[in-house]
Amino acid sequence: MSASRDGADVVLRAEGVSKVFGGTVALNGVDFNIYRGKVNALVGENGAGKSTLMGILAGVHEPTTGRILLGGEEIRIGSPREAGAYGIRLIHQELLLFPNLSVAENIFAGSELQSPVGVRLREQEAEAAKLLERLGQRVDPRALLGDLPVGAQQMVAICKALSQRVRVLIMDEPTSALSTREVASLFEVIRGLVADGVSVVYISRRLEEILEISDFVTVLRDGKLVAEAPTAEIDTHWIVEQMIGHDPDALFPYEPRPVGRPLLEAEDLTLPRPGGGLWLDRVSLTVRAGEIVGVYGLMGAGRTELLQTLIGERPEAVGRVRVDGASVDGQSIGGRIAHGLFLVPEDRQREGLVQALSVKQNVSLASLDGFGTIAGLSLRREASEVGEVVRDVGVKVPDIDFEVTSLSGGNQQKVVVAKALLTDPKVLLMDDPMRGIDVGAKTELYRIMKRLAAGGLAILFTTSDLMEVLGMADRILVMARGRITRELTRDEATSEALVAASNPHAVEAVAG
Amino acid sequence: MTTQLHTLQQRVRTSAAQELLEQLRTPRGWRMLLLRLRAFVALIAITIVFSVISSPFFTGSNLRVMTEHVAIIAIMAIGETFVILSAGIDLSVGSVAGLSGMIAGGLLNDGLVLHPLGVVVWFNVPLVILIGLGIGAGCGAINGAIITKLGVAPFIATLGMLSVARGFADLRNNGATFPNLAGDPAHHNTGFDFLGTGNVLHVPFTIVLLVIFLVVAVYIAKRTAFGRRVYAIGGNERAAELAGIRVNRIKVGVYVISGICAAMTGLLITSQLNAAFPDTATSYELNAIAAVVLGGTSLFGGRGTIGGTVIGAFVIGFLSDGLVLVGVSEFWQMVAKGSVIVAAVALDEAQRRRQSRVSAAAASVIEEVVSSEKSTG
Repeated sequence: MSASRDGADVVLRAEGVSKVFGGTVALNGVDFNIYRGKVNALVGENGAGKSTLMGILAGVHEPTTGRILLGGEEIRIGSPREAGAYGIRLIHQELLLFPNLSVAENIFAGSELQSPVGVRLREQEAEAAKLLERLGQRVDPRALLGDLPVGAQQMVAICKALSQRVRVLIMDEPTSALSTREVASLFEVIRGLVADGVSVVYISRRLEEILEISDFVTVLRDGKLVAEAPTAEIDTHWIVEQMIGHDPDALFPYEPRPVGRPLLEAEDLTLPRPGGGLWLDRVSLTVRAGEIVGVYGLMGAGRTELLQTLIGERPEAVGRVRVDGASVDGQSIGGRIAHGLFLVPEDRQREGLVQALSVKQNVSLASLDGFGTIAGLSLRREASEVGEVVRDVGVKVPDIDFEVTSLSGGNQQKVVVAKALLTDPKVLLMDDPMRGIDVGAKTELYRIMKRLAAGGLAILFTTSDLMEVLGMADRILVMARGRITRELTRDEATSEALVAASNPHAVEAVAG
Repeated sequence: MTTQLHTLQQRVRTSAAQELLEQLRTPRGWRMLLLRLRAFVALIAITIVFSVISSPFFTGSNLRVMTEHVAIIAIMAIGETFVILSAGIDLSVGSVAGLSGMIAGGLLNDGLVLHPLGVVVWFNVPLVILIGLGIGAGCGAINGAIITKLGVAPFIATLGMLSVARGFADLRNNGATFPNLAGDPAHHNTGFDFLGTGNVLHVPFTIVLLVIFLVVAVYIAKRTAFGRRVYAIGGNERAAELAGIRVNRIKVGVYVISGICAAMTGLLITSQLNAAFPDTATSYELNAIAAVVLGGTSLFGGRGTIGGTVIGAFVIGFLSDGLVLVGVSEFWQMVAKGSVIVAAVALDEAQRRRQSRVSAAAASVIEEVVSSEKSTG
C-alpha cells in the first residue's frame, strides 16, 4: 500500500499487526493507516479488534507480530507513557478521569506542574483555562469534574490529551454518552484540531456521525482489516455490509405473527429522578401476546428505567402495571416473576449472571422454589430441566456444569434468556439484548425471540440502535426525556421518523 | 505470513481447546482440584513436620485432643463460611461465643432471678443450651438487620457487635467468672459438662457435634434453595435481586447461622472448662476467618465449600497445638497464624486470576469445539 492517498500522507502505520491472547487471535495481519491531519474512522462490531488495535498503538498491548511505523520509521511502543512521548494519545470511552478532583487537577494528573515545594496549582489552573479556551469551552478549571455534564467531561479529557504534544489523538466512542448538541460541539473541536495538524482516530458505532466527521473509514471484522475507503466514496449501507460481511437487510429476517390478548399493560408510569425531574413521565403502553415491541431512544431517554419500573425494581415509581390482566402493583421482583414478568438486564456481567456459578446454577437461579422437595433441592430434576431449556435456546456449551464465564457474549446472553424461560414467563422484558454480541449471535437471538413470540410470549425490548429496532420490532415506541414521543407500526417506521422523535429537544413541541 | 499465522492459530486452538475442556469441567478439573486441596496439602505437611520434630504429636490421644480443639474452631468457622460466601464478614463471632457462654453459665450457676417477684427460675441443661444458641441467633439477627435495614457495611456492623457483645459478657457478672457449672440435682440442671467432655461410643461428643454441624451445613449449602441463593448473592447481588431473590432475608439468615455456630462454640468452651469466663473466645474471629479462607472460600463471596473450611480449621488447630507441643511461645503462634491468613488470601487471588484467564481464553474456543463435537458425534 502506498504511503499516501489522495494527497494525504500516512503519519502512523500499523503493518501486518497480529495479536494473540491466550488461544484467541484478536488481530490478524492488519495494515492500518492513519493519515496526517485527517479524521480516520475505525469501525467494526464488538470483538472485531478495534480496542486491541488501539491498545497496540497506545502502548497498552504489544503486537505478537508486525510493526509500527511513525513517519516511516519503525518504533516500539512499550507503554502508554512511551506512546505519549511519541505524541500518540488515547481517550478512553470511559474517560478515566477523577470525578473527585478539579478540572485542572484532572488535566494535569500524572504530569503535575511541580515546584520544589509541591504542585503549582495556580499555574495549572491558568494553563487549564487556556486549553479550555482553545476548545471554546466555558468551564471553570477549579470546578469539580464530577459536577460537570458528560459532554464537558469529554472536553476535559481532550484538554488532558492536548496538555502535552499530540500528533495522533485516538478517541474511543467519544459520543456514546453525549447529547446531540454536545456532539455538534465535539465535532467543531475535532475540526479545529485537524486544522492544527493533529491526526485523529475516531472510533464509533454511530455510522451517521462517521459519515459526517471522518475523511477515511477503515473497517475491521473478526480481527482482520476488510476495507479502507475515503468517506466521500461510501455510504452507511456499505459500512454495515463490510462490518457484518453480508447484506444488512438479511440480519433480521422478518415474518409477521398473529397477535393475541394484551399480556402487559402499563398506565401512567412515573418515576422521579433523584435531584429533581422525572426518569419516566406518565408512560403508558400495551404489549400483546405474540408481539415484539421495541423501545427506541437515546441514552438518558428512560429506556432502562422503564424496564426497571416494570419489573418492580423501582419502588418509588407510581402508576399501574397489569400482567395478563392481573395487577402486580406493590409486588416485589420475585412476585412479578411469579406473575410472568422477567427482565433480561442490560449488563450481562453486572446484572445478568453470577460469574461464580455454573451455567446450570445460573439458569435455575430464578426457579429454585420449583425444584424444592422435602429432602431439599432435587438436583436431578434441576439438571434435566435446565438441560432441556439450554438445548432449546441453543446455548453452545459441552456441559451445563461449565463456568458461565467460559462462554462468549452471545452464549452468555442465551444463558440469561434460558434463566428467564425456566420461570415460564408471559412477558419478557429485554434491555438492549443485542449489546456486545456478534452478528451471528444476533441473528440467532432474534430467531429465538421470534419463536418465543410465536409461542404466545409478549416481548418488550429496548435499543439505541436504529437498525435493530427497525429490523426486529413489530411496533416501535420512541422515548425521549422519559416520555413516549411517538408510536409507529413496522410499516410506518423510518429511521428519519425515529431520529426526529428521539431528539430530546423535540419533547416540548410534542408535549406542548 | 498469513498462512503461517493461520497454522499457528489452528495449533494454538486445538491444543488449547482440549486442555481447556479438561479444566473447565468445574468439579473435575485436576488443576482446580489441586488448588482446592491446597489446605489438605498444608494439613498433611504440618502433620508430617510436627510428627518428625515431636514424637507425641502423632499419637492417638494427642490427635483426639487436637481434634476436639479443631471442632471448636471448625463449628464457628462453618457459620462464618456462610457469611463470607454471601460476600459479608462477621467479626463478632468470638464475642458472641463469650456472651452465650456467660449467659448459659449464669443460668446454671444462679438461675434466672426475677427481681420484682423475688423468684428464681431454674432451667434444665437442654433449655440452657437452647437459650445460649438463641442468644447467638439474636446477635446474628441484629447484625443482619443493621446491615440490611440500615445499610451499614458488614465489617463495621459486626465490629460494633464485637465490642457490644463482649461488653455484655463482662456486664453479666461484672467481669467475674461463673465458676461452678456442675448444677444441682434439686434444680434438675446437672450434666452440662457432657457437651464438652462427654463421649458417645468412645467418641468425644465435641467431635460428634462437629460431624453433625458439618453434615447439616453441607446439606444447607448444597441441597437447599437458601444455600444456592447465598452463593448467588455473594457472586453477584444484583443478578440475584433480578432473579427475584429476597436478598435481605438471605443475608439476615447467614448472620443468624453464624451467630448460632458462634454460640455453640462458646457453650462448648464453657462446658470444657466447667466455668464461664467473660473473655472466652477472645479474638477467635481470627481463627474462624483463617479457617474459612484457608479452606478456599473467596473473601469476595460466591466461591467456597463447607468441607474446605473444616480442613482449614484442622490446619489452624494442628498448627497451634503443634507449636505448643514443640514449645514455641504463644506470641510466635500469633505471628504464624496471621501470616498463614495472608498467605491463604494471596493464593486465593492467584487462583482467581488463573481462573478468569482460563475462562476468557476458553470463551473463544468452546463454541468451535462444541460445534465440531456435534458435527462429528
